[in-house]
Amino acid sequence: MESASSISRNTTHALAEQLSPLTQNAAAIEADRCLYCYDAPCTHACPTHIDIPRFIKKIASNNLRGSAETIFASNLLGATCARVCPVQELCEGACVLGADHKPISIGRLQRYAMDYARDHRSYPVVNASPTGRSIAVIGAGPAGLSCAGELAKLGHTVTIFEKRTQPGGLSTYGIIALREPVDVALNEARMIEGLGVTIKTGVDFGKDLSLPALQKDFDAVVLSVGLGRTPGLGIEGEEAIIDGLEFIEASKANAASLKVGRNVIVIGAGNTAVDCATIARRLGADRVTMVYRRTDREMSCYEHEYDFARKEGIEFRFLTQPSRVVLEGGLAIGLECLGVELGAPDASGRPSPMAVKGSEFLLTADQIVKAIGQIKPSLAADLGLETMKGFIEVDASFQTSLAGVYAIGDCIRASGAASTVMAVQDGKLAAAAIHHWFAQQSAPVEVN
Amino acid sequence: MADLRINFAGIKSPNPFWLASAPPTNSGAQVHRAFEAGWGGAVWKTIGAPVLNVSNRYGAWHYGRQRMLAINNVELISDRPLEINLREIAEVKRAWPDRAVIVSAMVESKPETWRDIVRLIEDTGADGIELNYGCPHGMSERGMGAAVGQVPEYCEQITRWVMAAATIPVIMKLTPNITNIVLPARAGVAAGANALSLINTINSIVGVDLETLELTPSIGGKGGHGGYAGPAVKPIALNMLAALGTDEIVGKSGIPISGMGGIATWQDAAQFLLLGASSLQVCTTVMHYGYRVIEDLCDGLSNWMDEKGFKTIPEVCGHSLHRVSDFKNFDLSYRAVARIDASKCIKCDLCYVACNDTAHQCIDLVSPQGTLVEPRAYDIRSNGKDQAIETRPQPVIREADCVGCRLCYNVCPVDDCIQMVELPSGRSEVTWSELSENQTQVTEDWETMKAYRDRVGIHIH
Repeated sequence: MESASSISRNTTHALAEQLSPLTQNAAAIEADRCLYCYDAPCTHACPTHIDIPRFIKKIASNNLRGSAETIFASNLLGATCARVCPVQELCEGACVLGADHKPISIGRLQRYAMDYARDHRSYPVVNASPTGRSIAVIGAGPAGLSCAGELAKLGHTVTIFEKRTQPGGLSTYGIIALREPVDVALNEARMIEGLGVTIKTGVDFGKDLSLPALQKDFDAVVLSVGLGRTPGLGIEGEEAIIDGLEFIEASKANAASLKVGRNVIVIGAGNTAVDCATIARRLGADRVTMVYRRTDREMSCYEHEYDFARKEGIEFRFLTQPSRVVLEGGLAIGLECLGVELGAPDASGRPSPMAVKGSEFLLTADQIVKAIGQIKPSLAADLGLETMKGFIEVDASFQTSLAGVYAIGDCIRASGAASTVMAVQDGKLAAAAIHHWFAQQSAPVEVN
Repeated sequence: MADLRINFAGIKSPNPFWLASAPPTNSGAQVHRAFEAGWGGAVWKTIGAPVLNVSNRYGAWHYGRQRMLAINNVELISDRPLEINLREIAEVKRAWPDRAVIVSAMVESKPETWRDIVRLIEDTGADGIELNYGCPHGMSERGMGAAVGQVPEYCEQITRWVMAAATIPVIMKLTPNITNIVLPARAGVAAGANALSLINTINSIVGVDLETLELTPSIGGKGGHGGYAGPAVKPIALNMLAALGTDEIVGKSGIPISGMGGIATWQDAAQFLLLGASSLQVCTTVMHYGYRVIEDLCDGLSNWMDEKGFKTIPEVCGHSLHRVSDFKNFDLSYRAVARIDASKCIKCDLCYVACNDTAHQCIDLVSPQGTLVEPRAYDIRSNGKDQAIETRPQPVIREADCVGCRLCYNVCPVDDCIQMVELPSGRSEVTWSELSENQTQVTEDWETMKAYRDRVGIHIH
């Protein structure tokens, strides 16, 4: 990649966490502004239903230990969620003060309480007696960590098997440092270990470990394997396109050595695409253009992300469909695209993009990144699990078509937005379901 | 523009706002600056007996992020030498002939010491004297201040000594640390005082430090009661002011009253005037924000008077006094109910929880489909702002069961969202006083009361 620049840059500063922590004074003022709604809509809007007014009033009364406990009671990954949740669409979006004023900064207040918990090691503890039950959790992403932590709190013995070298899943590898520094995710995983959970990294489920073996050794198995790589575009020259998730991962692992072009195109307009564009821009690209088949009405990134991207100076090309990567000496020098017209709604409910014949035009670029979603897990087929739209199918208790095998997180997200907080809630609900299942199994048989 | 001038017991000032006798009027330089800022008058910080002060003398009560809703102090009267105070008072008065300069005094309870201090004050050219019978700490331990104010007979005796010596108007200042504020006021009237002023500060302990477990503030490890003042005491002051205005002796005497106790805004000022004060004294808000607050006190009061058609301060004075009454005279048939304006309601449900937990359980939660729902009735798998907002129930008052207690109105954070609406009760007007006179049994016996309720249609659920 000789054409891509690797000019010297202060990556630490460029990728530093975007929002600063609230000062004690700012937190107190903001906490006092909260009306302390009864049966609050913010709590309903939170997928994990954190008792938000309660934790905020505890900040106001300077009971930070109690505030953190309130958050952990509903969401063990409160530190990550405080940073990565699309609060505008969730708690803050439902704040009663939002209608004619400014909603409470719930995310930042939660982070304030979570920072206190981290700094004072004020973490949840296990109060339950050991049950003698053991559970294997596959994948140490947010869903797996949440499920493992909740199960441990109930007295069960939990082992997480993680393919990567570090726990945290997308929090560690897939969310840009501006939004969540790696330390936050790793620290959270250590907190889960503190509940007695064993995390074994570098274990590839399907290769190093088989389901039948796990079923023999454990009373239940939880699959929280996430999704796969970015799918192919099926266009000529695609081998020169960089996978967006790998691009972000490299920015987190070693930003200084990440090659970033001067003129970068990002294909896609979802959360990851915005993150890729942001990284490219922050790490020195003069021009970053996001290319999307539909328009700003249909794109899956949130409005606040769109606003953020535009403030970062990122450009958008809508109704544009890549048709060919233009190569020179094996390197991308441009992206040939077609104009698009929108047709009738497709399976996703959005208007189907229809490329206009003969409308080819060229966008120059010295680096092209694609972030167009993730492929469905192939695991389901390998294990013989029922699927729904390619995702692992589960019942209301998160049990797959195999008894005792549960699945949670993005790998089951056949509908709704895949998000960290939804994954955390899955983990919590699945833990309760497994606990209930165990209780049913061990219930004494009634003898008449 | 309204005429804000007053003539209070012969003391004239361009507006009704005087700095109360307190730290803001401790020196000539300060009072000069206050007058430059526009204050109509100043009651000089009390002069008299020799004293020594301590550090950490001001405590404060904060609520939420709102600082100093009240201040608490153990500062004594002026600790500056008497002759310096007297010289500066004379200088200030010479420089500001149109402003009211009143000197607060407190000396040992002897006729000659009071006579002497009166003469010293009159020699400065001051416009009036305020008798400090209120200081609740320190001075009272030495038989002065509240030790006098709490005994009407002492008030009357000392005021008589002063009136015998004084040729300028004398204002007797009352302490609120007494069961019945009317009694010392009557003593002042009996002694021939030219005016009264109230309230002085209220006995108080501000708090205990949860780190050190010492009192707040801690004065070398000790603390004690101090005088409480500021916005938080206003309702207490208004009640005492109204008690004087409606008292058959004090009210009918026509003695002018200088009102104080928590005046921080022009709205507060207007309320003191409406309940009978004809000059106003201010301290805590000045200690919080400085002399500059006088600007909006005058401006806001003047604009309000213009809107209401009041041309002069005397027109405002006592305007609402005839509304002051006692429970026994309230119309028991008067009925009001709360109504929630759904278009303004933000669905915080604070009215619901207040009514349901602590009042009369007459607010329902109604789903968008019109059915009654319980709190937290939503499916725990639902989430997101849209589902939270779209399924959020609306609090609705069951008017038939509403006793009109007004709690929901008070807790609602949205202006004009909940209104108290008068409804015909279908009952004849009657007061408790009339009931106890004409239907004595009803007021003394529960069975008769029940029969009475059934007869007139009063249902308690």
